[in-house]
Amino acid sequence: MLKTFSIGGIHPEENKLSAQSAIQELPIPQIATIPIAQHIGAPAKAIVKKRDVVKVGQVIAQSSGFVSANIHSSVSGTVFKVDDVMDATGFRRTSIIIKVDGDEWIESIDRSEDLVTEITQTKEEIIKRVGDAGIVGLGGATFPAHVKLSVPPGKTAEILVINAVECEPYLTSDHRVMLEKADEIMVGIEILMKALEVKKAIIGIENNKPDAIAHMTQTATKYTGIEVCPLKTQYPQGGEKQLISATMNREVPSGALPIEVGAVVQNVGTAFAVYEAVQKNKPLFERVATITGKSLKNPSNWKFRVGTPVSDIIEAAGGLPEDTAKIVGGGPMMGKALVSVDVPLTKGSSGLLLLAQEETARKATKACIRCGKCVSVCPMGLEPYLLMVLADKKEYERLENDAVMDCIECGSCSFTCPATRPLLDYIRLGKGKVGQIMRSRK
Amino acid sequence: MNTKVLVAPSPHIHSGDSIQKNMYGVVFAMLPALLLSFYYFGLGSIIVTLTAVASCYLFEFLIQKYLLKVEPTIKDGSALITGILLAFNMPANLPIWIIIIGALVAIGVGKMTFGGLGNNVFNPALVGRVFLLISFPVQMTSWPKALGFNTSYVDAETGATPLAVIKEGLNKGDSLTDLMAQLPSNMDMFLGNMGGSLGEVAGAALVLGLIYMLVKKIITWHIPVSIIGTVVIFSGILNLASPEAYAGPAFHILTGGLLLGAIFMATDYVTSPMSNKGMLIYGVGIGILTVVIRVFGAYPEGVSFAILIMNAFVPIINVYVKPKRFGEKRK
Repeated sequence: MLKTFSIGGIHPEENKLSAQSAIQELPIPQIATIPIAQHIGAPAKAIVKKRDVVKVGQVIAQSSGFVSANIHSSVSGTVFKVDDVMDATGFRRTSIIIKVDGDEWIESIDRSEDLVTEITQTKEEIIKRVGDAGIVGLGGATFPAHVKLSVPPGKTAEILVINAVECEPYLTSDHRVMLEKADEIMVGIEILMKALEVKKAIIGIENNKPDAIAHMTQTATKYTGIEVCPLKTQYPQGGEKQLISATMNREVPSGALPIEVGAVVQNVGTAFAVYEAVQKNKPLFERVATITGKSLKNPSNWKFRVGTPVSDIIEAAGGLPEDTAKIVGGGPMMGKALVSVDVPLTKGSSGLLLLAQEETARKATKACIRCGKCVSVCPMGLEPYLLMVLADKKEYERLENDAVMDCIECGSCSFTCPATRPLLDYIRLGKGKVGQIMRSRK
Repeated sequence: MNTKVLVAPSPHIHSGDSIQKNMYGVVFAMLPALLLSFYYFGLGSIIVTLTAVASCYLFEFLIQKYLLKVEPTIKDGSALITGILLAFNMPANLPIWIIIIGALVAIGVGKMTFGGLGNNVFNPALVGRVFLLISFPVQMTSWPKALGFNTSYVDAETGATPLAVIKEGLNKGDSLTDLMAQLPSNMDMFLGNMGGSLGEVAGAALVLGLIYMLVKKIITWHIPVSIIGTVVIFSGILNLASPEAYAGPAFHILTGGLLLGAIFMATDYVTSPMSNKGMLIYGVGIGILTVVIRVFGAYPEGVSFAILIMNAFVPIINVYVKPKRFGEKRK
């Protein structure tokens, strides 16, 4: 029996259309639009101005707090303007717009492909380097990586869990990185282990990627303390709490962080970025994303520079299919619908999914038939049918008592509901309100 | 770029599951038992089934269209289930006018007064059945013998159900062993060769339906298993304590509407609890009440009453029995 998490879960059609497509390099855009808020936490502060000349890898916006991250230029050229432009969510946010001229990198970056296995830096140096390089969680949540590496006083990390499950349907970027950069990932994991002072790392991979499991298991034998844990394919296994439950068989208490049970979770792509930052002195300004969709000509995986417009990656994959009804940044379960193809790709862009009307159109909401399927699939053991009603009736106290804040917004309930009720929409509204009430109480 | 795109919150895909799929899945699961009832009771069972289904559809449509003035939802398949279940609970020689009254009570009182599918507290088919049982006790308890198409609809040769044989016999003071000897063998009862209502006689066909629903994930195992398990344990204890006074588990499982109730009636989505824990409590409750009514009550059969009584507890079970939360703080 393969391991998986303890409660609930669903198995949507996997649709990993681009799994066999090797990572290609996306051409550098003519204009890069680099938002100063690409992470959870305080937006970075722009330190360049109009007409400044910048190089690839140069800091252009500085971290403005502990939970924040540096932003580096992904291109070389001249700053055209620093202005509010529409970002992926449709809000106007400050971005640094650079007119590209050539591809000149700052000299400190080691651009060779040689594998550097020896880790010379100390724990403190590693954490500082990861912070300086602007590394954020590349699974999609974009939480600054150095924050997770700084274990709070009084707590000890026991195990580093590497999230390589890629449980979202369609996405394959982590899968490809594992197949093509396994050694770099392993060194990245060793660096993370050193920073956390842990002896053991577990890489969780779902068994719909047997080639990745085989390759990573084989590569891991060259390194000490790293093991690969094959997992049953089950969404939302990539959720931090679900992954810890699956790999370590421990439950993170409600409202607590993984460190409470001795775990620190990092994405496999983040481990690769950490390798590049620490061993190659290369900050995070490019990453791999999947461009996919059933009608798309060429579902594929691309390494892109942050700030490249979404339209470029769509062009590279054969152009926008006529039947596109929704453009999703990320996977179909938790990704965000984009308002246009002119918005830039950012550090958090793990994929781009083009959905046709019939695949994504919502059906009419019907009366709840109380089948209990939402309850049985909820990975947090909640009662989505009830939370929806309570949110609708503005019963915030009961919402809080029924643990609405535990909801991880995985969408399994809405996905499953036979009456096609928009459960998660209502739960999100309720969560927002209950969160406000809880904060005002403090 | 002028392409218009949809912007909506996640999730962006749906499983494709629908109310219809589940309802027709249940109907499909009932087919073996339905076909077997045609085989055992012939023309009468076809007349009863068609009348029940047609009048359930008709009453649902008329009430929604002209009384509630809402878009009729007859396409969702729930009226079809109620109709078949109602027929399953009737003897094969029940007069048509009684069937129509049963359908009116099931749909009108059992379902629509509460606001339609999803809002009813009690299983509509059982509301109809129990109403008929109390109002027309003679017609509702004269069970034609299973003689296939030789069974006449108008003046069928009738006989008592095994449960009634035991109940009456024990009341008269006969010994249980003698009474059991009058009954068909366990295997015959499992295959449906006994007197009873349309749907309850064929245990094997009902179990087939259960397996189908479990495989298709239409229902979970919790309710049927907890009901049957409880009846086995409870009747087993009684039987061990006094084998001469109480029949054993096999008899209780194979006779009457236990399998029908546990598989198709108690598992009704709307009137059963939402969480697995809740379902187990509900199932155990039904199991205990069934045996209590059968053994100690005035009626030979108690499944319908047991389910209706536990239906009434479902709202309170839903409030107090929460699923196991992930990472629940241990007290």
